Amino acid sequence: MAKKEYAFYPGCSSQAKSSAANYLTSVTAMCDKLDIKLTEIPDWNCCGASIGYAEGGELPRLAINARNFALAEQHLPGQDIVATCAACWLGARESKERLDHTAQLMQETNEALAAAGLKYEGKVKVRHMVEVLIEDLGYDAIKAPVVKPLEGLKIAGYVGCQTNRPFGIDGESFENPKYLDKFIEVLGGEPLEKYEQKVACCGGALAFSEPEKSQKQIRDIVESALDHKAELIVTPCPLCQANVEVYQSEINRKHGTNFAVPVVYYSQLMAVAYGSSAKDAGLNGQLIRTEALEKIANK
Amino acid sequence: MSNANQQAVARYKNNFLKEVEERVEEGHWVKMCMQCGVCAGSCPLGPAWEHTPQKIFMMIRAGKRDEVLQSDSMWMCTSCYNCIARCPRKLPITHIMHGLANYAHRLGIAPKGQPTREFAVMFWKNLTKRGRTNELMLTLSLYFANGIGPGIQTAMNMQKIGLGMVLAGRLNPMEIFGGHSVKDLKGFHAVLAKAKEIEDRKKGFAA
Repeated sequence: MAKKEYAFYPGCSSQAKSSAANYLTSVTAMCDKLDIKLTEIPDWNCCGASIGYAEGGELPRLAINARNFALAEQHLPGQDIVATCAACWLGARESKERLDHTAQLMQETNEALAAAGLKYEGKVKVRHMVEVLIEDLGYDAIKAPVVKPLEGLKIAGYVGCQTNRPFGIDGESFENPKYLDKFIEVLGGEPLEKYEQKVACCGGALAFSEPEKSQKQIRDIVESALDHKAELIVTPCPLCQANVEVYQSEINRKHGTNFAVPVVYYSQLMAVAYGSSAKDAGLNGQLIRTEALEKIANK
Repeated sequence: MSNANQQAVARYKNNFLKEVEERVEEGHWVKMCMQCGVCAGSCPLGPAWEHTPQKIFMMIRAGKRDEVLQSDSMWMCTSCYNCIARCPRKLPITHIMHGLANYAHRLGIAPKGQPTREFAVMFWKNLTKRGRTNELMLTLSLYFANGIGPGIQTAMNMQKIGLGMVLAGRLNPMEIFGGHSVKDLKGFHAVLAKAKEIEDRKKGFAA
């Protein structure tokens, strides 16, 4: 039996051939080595993301999140929900908090859920994969399976927004959370602790609707990493990953820069350090290839 | 002016604060703002806001209904939560801004053609159709939102990125024929419809 079991909420971007498909690939490899068993919540739906607010309003967003809670409580009783996507985690946790604290919203949401024969009991907990790694396993356990240390690779830990605010990881500060740096360190890399853009915003969904404003944010995030001689940027958030990786070529096209900094997930660093193949670590999913990690994986 | 907007104006007269408290998500917090300005200084898109959150809170109390609801300021929110994390009074500022934008949008008085407003509507329609986001269709509808010509231009500019995503296994051209979906779509839609019905009743949008 696996050491730890969770009700898994992968989210839309982690599905096959979606923008964070390589996140799921690497999480699967990482969890395999850490003896974590993830069982997908049957028939889960989208969390509505942050940008869902404008058309979705309040109760519809709460109701679709509560549908996932109800399905998890019914099919995977006693297991915490674990999300890998920052927005899924935030959307779900925010919904849970509001429902658990407001009797009227809870009653109205359950009235909506009843239309599909479901009921949210208020029991299930919602957590991020990073919380599971730190709180349920701990840094020693994260270090234990390392067979290919990251050879002092200089890595900028880009935490971003939604894994950090408003909830964040227990015991960490909003302005300077240290957990990504600690991950990098126990995996044998060199964390760039003075990286200024650690908790800056990549523009989120506004990367699509306000490209100029958001690309200015992304440019700062990449430039600061380069100032600190970063070979890689690592992040826990699928939208941070996609925005910061994908738009570097657009910024180059518009501003004549020459950015090509690979942006990976913490789970990819772990998968490689734990001895997974480059493919199992999802490295073939990078738009900007990370030769340094590929070399370690192929050793 | 939309019917819902006329009714709201008639009901609340000049008491915009009361309207916000009763109808805007987390609006009951607005009067707790002490005008320190930390939110305004913490926003990554700060300079792009015509009225900062701090100013919006004061404008609400001053009854500046049209100036607030017709502004594109709230649509600059990237949902980074910096303002929430730093507010000394613990106001859920991000949610209040979302709530104001949603309310203005539902009343039909939010700025027309505002790109984030349009994208947000597209996103919600996309995800509610099958219960899960169809990233290909979302991208395409975004490119072609302003018509075929500009759409083709954007698509050409982004072509290399799109192809890169397909080759990296992170974008599926076949999603044009459907894509991922929840299985109990009927149940999902029933939940949504009921939730919307209750929300509309509460917020004065019932038909």
